[in-house]
Amino acid sequence: MSAFDTRAAAALADPILKTAVERTAGTAEAKRTLAVSAFPDFGAARTRAAAIKDHVIAHLGAYLEQFEANAVAAGAQVHWAATADEACRIVIDICKASGARTVARSKSMLGEEIGLPHALAQAGIDRIETDLAEHIIQLADERPSHIIWPAMHKTREQVSALFKAKHRTPHEEETIAAMAESARRELRTRMLGADVGISGANFLIADTGAVCTVTNEGNAELSLVPPRVHIVTAGIEKIVPSMGHAVHMLRMLARSATGAALTQYTTFYAGPRRAGDRDGPEQMHIVLVDNGRTKMREEGLADMLRCIRCGACMNHCVVFRQIGGHAYGGTYPGPMGAVLTPALDGLAQSRDLVHACTLNGKCQQVCPVRIPLPTLLKGWREKSWREGLEPTSMRFGLGLWAWVAQRPALYRFGAGLAVRAMRLLGRGGWIERLPLAGGWTRHRAMPKPAARTFMDQYRQERGQ
Amino acid sequence: MTQSVALFVTCLVDMMRPRIGFAAIRALEAAGCDVVVPQGQTCCGQPALNSGDRAHAIALAKQTIAALEPCPAIVVPSGSCAGTIRCHYPELFEGDADWLPRAQAVAAKTYEIMAYLDEVLGWKPDGVRLDATATYHDSCSGLRELGVKAQPRRLLAQVQGLSLTPLAGEETCCGFGGTFCVKYPAISNAIVGEKADAIAATGADLLLAGDLGCLMNMAGKLHRDGSPVRAYHAIELIAGMGDGPAIGEEP
Repeated sequence: MSAFDTRAAAALADPILKTAVERTAGTAEAKRTLAVSAFPDFGAARTRAAAIKDHVIAHLGAYLEQFEANAVAAGAQVHWAATADEACRIVIDICKASGARTVARSKSMLGEEIGLPHALAQAGIDRIETDLAEHIIQLADERPSHIIWPAMHKTREQVSALFKAKHRTPHEEETIAAMAESARRELRTRMLGADVGISGANFLIADTGAVCTVTNEGNAELSLVPPRVHIVTAGIEKIVPSMGHAVHMLRMLARSATGAALTQYTTFYAGPRRAGDRDGPEQMHIVLVDNGRTKMREEGLADMLRCIRCGACMNHCVVFRQIGGHAYGGTYPGPMGAVLTPALDGLAQSRDLVHACTLNGKCQQVCPVRIPLPTLLKGWREKSWREGLEPTSMRFGLGLWAWVAQRPALYRFGAGLAVRAMRLLGRGGWIERLPLAGGWTRHRAMPKPAARTFMDQYRQERGQ
Repeated sequence: MTQSVALFVTCLVDMMRPRIGFAAIRALEAAGCDVVVPQGQTCCGQPALNSGDRAHAIALAKQTIAALEPCPAIVVPSGSCAGTIRCHYPELFEGDADWLPRAQAVAAKTYEIMAYLDEVLGWKPDGVRLDATATYHDSCSGLRELGVKAQPRRLLAQVQGLSLTPLAGEETCCGFGGTFCVKYPAISNAIVGEKADAIAATGADLLLAGDLGCLMNMAGKLHRDGSPVRAYHAIELIAGMGDGPAIGEEP
């Protein structure tokens, strides 16, 4: 068994995980369906969103330079990081330069991608995760299992037990309100005492130099405004030309992610505190991270750079719904993760991800920026085949079958033989165990084929 | 006027359930078509295409195109094989000045059987009767690549005595996915297990769909679960062959 198979088997054997995933993804699916049906021509809106992102990705350099100039004009400092390590180093250096001992972090998948939590720990900097779900993950010492709901793999009951074990003054009443209050008590004072606030970005607005974050808890605002320093880590593909474009993308993002018309908090941060401002950080740093994105654009994955991290693809994925996010083993799970992980971590380590998909097309159907995820996964499969990463048994078996299938007369003969051999194994109309097809018959019966193939019967009947 | 139509049988129907091919011929002939079965055909190459084996996918696509291109229309009793020809053959030959036009020409005249009968010919089954309740699963490729959704339901509505009960999650993948189901059997089993439960919950006598791969997956699971639900390709009922053995029943 591969490492993926082992993780998937563990996930499938966990009924609590199944319940937890189904509760959240099921609700999201139902709410998205309602939101989309209430939106006049969501298909056209998806096409426009895809066109905005395509345009930006095609002219990335120009928009990034425009963003940098406007961010600097607003008083922010812009840093460029080619790799994950470089991005972490820049963040740590800023923290050290400002004498930071504690940082408050607002949920960011890019932060996970570049390994920022680990880098902060290595540097001896205390990290407070302020998103409720990230707080849960931090208490449990786990990794996010979903890009929108990092703790979706946990049930409310598990979270309650975790809070009781880890919070200083935990809740007593078993209600959601009491649990939220417990997290608030735990987080709020620590958050307000942080030296540095670190966030990701949902969008970078080129014509204003502003950074947009969305949350439903207001934790970004509370963790980014009071500290002395605000650091943003953002992938370079997060750019949009203007506020108008950002607003269109926001409409797509919220509906696709949770089915809401808008998130509770949508904030645009343009530069640090200005003279006369009552609050805000003294410094604002924006770290623009490539980490393989330029290479993705050049090597056939430009479509993937449209992704706005809404999570709709995984919420609607039959495989994700069975195994949850951790089984994927990378930063990003689900269909978008299966496309991104080989680019980030290497195809050899993640070839299972590109195969563990039925190519049913549902993810593409719900993607707000029309990413052809099945096509991109098939592209990885081709690369895996070309590079010899596929098992020899698969290459040999498929090669033999294809060789025969290119010789129709031989193929007919072979098909006739196969049918007769299979029929010998049948009891009644079914084959309960079939050699070489244990993957099928372990879980389901195989119908016994008819005595003669279609071609055989047809030629005899029609006298051909 | 008789419309000449080529049947692309598909490798799965050829080997596992020839009745589907004969049902397709019967329905097409009832609709006034002159049906031919080009002998150069074997498999459309989808297993190679979906496994990343582009060279073999191209070889089989060329063979299939050469076998089918003389025919004015090509009809396939499978949404996923028809989808391969219609949507993916042109992609395979992008930049190939010789083969791209041939692939595009074949793609443009290839149809899923029920879409062809309903949309192109405007045909309705006449005098077909089967007293049963059935539920219908929308196979993914037919649904999302070809828009096969209303056509089978319109045709089935003409079968007297047949009532269709909606299936919860009718557009959700059954977990077949070609080689997926044998490469990741445990995940596939979890998916088809939920599908089988949803089918059983309809209380229908019959399960219908338009793709034999999905049908074998669901029927095989229902059988293993001990369910009495019987499975047919929808074209079998439409062609008046719904009184014959279901999938997994001896003739």
